[in-house]
Amino acid sequence: MKNFSFMRLSLWVYLAIFFAYLLGPLVIMSATAFNSPSFPRMTPWECLTFEWFSALFRDERILNGIWNSILVGAGTVVLSVAMGLAGALMLTQIWPKLRATYYTIIIAPILIPGVVLGISTLVFWDRINRMLGLGADSFLSNGLFLTIIGQSTFIASYCMLVLVARLQRYDIALTEAALDLGATHAQAFRKVLLPFMRPAIASAAVLAFLASFENYNTTTFTFGEYPTLTIELAQKVRYGITPAISALAFIIVVLTVFAALFNEASIRRKQLVAEARKKATVEELESGKLRLPGFLSSNAAAVALVVVACATVAVVGTASVYSPQQCIANVQEQKRLETEERIKELRRQRELRRQQQEEQGEAAPAQTAPATGSTGNNSGFGGVFAPGSLSGGSEAEPETEQEPQGNNSGFGNVFDPNALSGDGGESGSGN
Amino acid sequence: MSAGVGVDLENLWIRFGDFVAVRDANVNINGGDFFSFLGPSGCGKTTILRAVSGFLEPSDGRVLIGGNDMKGIGPNKRPTALIFQNLALFPLMKVWENITFSMEIKGASVRERRKRADELLDMIALPGQGDKLPSELSGGQRQRVAIARALCAEPDVLLLDEPLSALDLKLRQHMRTELREIQQRVGITFIYITHDQGEALTMSDSIAVMKAGVIDQIGNGKTIYNDPSTAFAASFVGENNVFRGKIKRIMGEEALIQTNRSGELVARISTANQGKMKEGDAAMMFIRPEAFALAPKGAKGTHFVTAKVNNEEFEGNVFNIFMEGDGGKELKVSIPNLGQSFEDHTGQNITLEYETKNAVIVPAGELAAE
Ligand SMILES: Nc1ncnc2c1ncn2[C@@H]1O[C@H](COP(=O)(O)OP(=O)(O)OP(=O)(O)O)[C@@H](O)[C@H]1O
Ligand SMILES: [Mg+2]
Repeated sequence: MKNFSFMRLSLWVYLAIFFAYLLGPLVIMSATAFNSPSFPRMTPWECLTFEWFSALFRDERILNGIWNSILVGAGTVVLSVAMGLAGALMLTQIWPKLRATYYTIIIAPILIPGVVLGISTLVFWDRINRMLGLGADSFLSNGLFLTIIGQSTFIASYCMLVLVARLQRYDIALTEAALDLGATHAQAFRKVLLPFMRPAIASAAVLAFLASFENYNTTTFTFGEYPTLTIELAQKVRYGITPAISALAFIIVVLTVFAALFNEASIRRKQLVAEARKKATVEELESGKLRLPGFLSSNAAAVALVVVACATVAVVGTASVYSPQQCIANVQEQKRLETEERIKELRRQRELRRQQQEEQGEAAPAQTAPATGSTGNNSGFGGVFAPGSLSGGSEAEPETEQEPQGNNSGFGNVFDPNALSGDGGESGSGN
Repeated sequence: MSAGVGVDLENLWIRFGDFVAVRDANVNINGGDFFSFLGPSGCGKTTILRAVSGFLEPSDGRVLIGGNDMKGIGPNKRPTALIFQNLALFPLMKVWENITFSMEIKGASVRERRKRADELLDMIALPGQGDKLPSELSGGQRQRVAIARALCAEPDVLLLDEPLSALDLKLRQHMRTELREIQQRVGITFIYITHDQGEALTMSDSIAVMKAGVIDQIGNGKTIYNDPSTAFAASFVGENNVFRGKIKRIMGEEALIQTNRSGELVARISTANQGKMKEGDAAMMFIRPEAFALAPKGAKGTHFVTAKVNNEEFEGNVFNIFMEGDGGKELKVSIPNLGQSFEDHTGQNITLEYETKNAVIVPAGELAAE
């Protein structure tokens, strides 16, 4: 019994760790989007702010990147799903002996590194472009075209896997029945096979879009004039990261949660409706009196969806009226006071030391002359390297970026010419 | 009923690689007939239907519908409708959409389709069920929807591939009569496939008995049952007792056969084999269980059989007597129960008699597997 409960406990602990590992980064990143410091972090919590969302939507490059990603995603979805469906159909039609070989060939792009696909796409279409004698600004060297083609080379394989799984459950007799009833092959495809494949096509499309949206390795070679979001982010991160990126991440997370909940809720509803129909009698069906279960009844996912939606509305509502300016001002004021406090303390200490040195110097001036020089030097830089001022500096660092004119921080003292003449001059005077 | 469109198979061969699924089939099906193919599983029945409906091209020979060679004409251009062995109802369409699929193809309006669906639903005794999905119907209802869907296409020839095999016995018997009625009402040619001889006998105008890709015999139910032309047909259709032996003497329509264990017996040579059998040929004689009658003990002659009783079974309307038979197979005799007490014969030898015209001789051949 004891053993059992220990097992249970460790299972829970394991689960907790697992989910913390899985979701922790997302939670922390989302939280940083609402904290005011300009370097994304959760502690210390300064002020609740929605500033980073505005910053995000003011960032032309990010917006452009999102737009390009959507364009590329749409193109990739269309191309990959079409190619995937064709590949899946081919797999079911092909001569059984060739099937394994065909499968391997068609799956291969998934195993090839994206970098290789990117380079080869670039090289291949460049060749074709040249063979056709087109210029560098032709359609074939267009970044959008190349990115879509490049991504589709392997995303189509993913789509095919999804579609094949569904196709294997398709009874070919259905197509034959349609033909037998007079349908052409195209009609049988459109009216029978395609509706059957619809759920899988939807899954494949979502998968393709997500794979395209997050792709970097292949796109980095092909994007040309159309940098996608991942490309823009990568370029941005090189110059430092801001909470605006957290805000973007948060938006994506929320959208994903919404989509997942909505999907779950509608699946559940379909099940409920099917059950209700199955139980219904002929009269009920006929008279249309059949009461179908509502969207919310016994549908946990739908309830969660509504809760999340309410929460979102609340947050957006708060954001439109809430102003963090006062809080930010307070925090800044507080920091300024703290720093001033510290500087005063530092000055006092130095004053104290100088007095001691002077007393010693009076006692033995010849011996202490070089020593005074060195201490003087030390104290000159000491303002920078002293542990106390360093910790103060790192705390105030984001503020420095925000308000470079503020001379109240440790680093500010170093980099600011005024400060140099002030603090440095002072220590120099000790020299 | 010659109004309907007939179907002819001429020297039809169908091969899958080296495997011959149908071997030289020759069948003439009259327009408006209810024609059945009867044979054990895997004998090529479905294959023949697929060749008629156009999903398979004959390897050799011809398929003619209404006298026209169907070579190169696809299944969607043939005047046939096939009811699949597994029905193949469209799972995502409602019943009425399923039924009127052939009209949708031709661009009929929803109103027209609804109207026709209602008519057909009435005909198959499923009124008001049009808005269900096929998965919401019972097996027998699905069956009827498949029939309605095929009839909606107004085919000249309706092909049915063991449509009743998935149903329970009661429903199957009910559907038999219903199918027959539908066929008489619409007056089109039905080609029906089954491995159930009861189904074939009750419904069909004509039956073709098939064995491993070969058509053994074609005829109406009575002919097939009473006058089989091969050992296979005799043993496959209904219960039958076999006596193996050699022809000793031919006497016009009848012959004297030297059986392996029951002495010399006389029987009629089956019509198809008249004049084809010689003295000394290996032959088989078949007598139905119900064609026997009890004879006085020890009676001797060429229409008496004496054997030891292994077991007796009371079935209500008949007594079944199982006796030592030929070739390890028990001899089964069914004596009508007229109500009088019936003494137990187990372990005794009893003598049976039969009328020679009710016993039939065919050349020795393979028997149907039990
Ligand atoms: N596409 C095919 N390729 C190879 N062999 C086939 C093919 N279709 C059928 N066969 C073979 O042809 C033979 C006849 O098959 P068919 O489906 O016509 O049998 P059936 O009489 O309809 O049997 P059942 O009563 O079980 O439906 C079988 O031995 C089967 O293995
Ligand atoms: Mg079959």
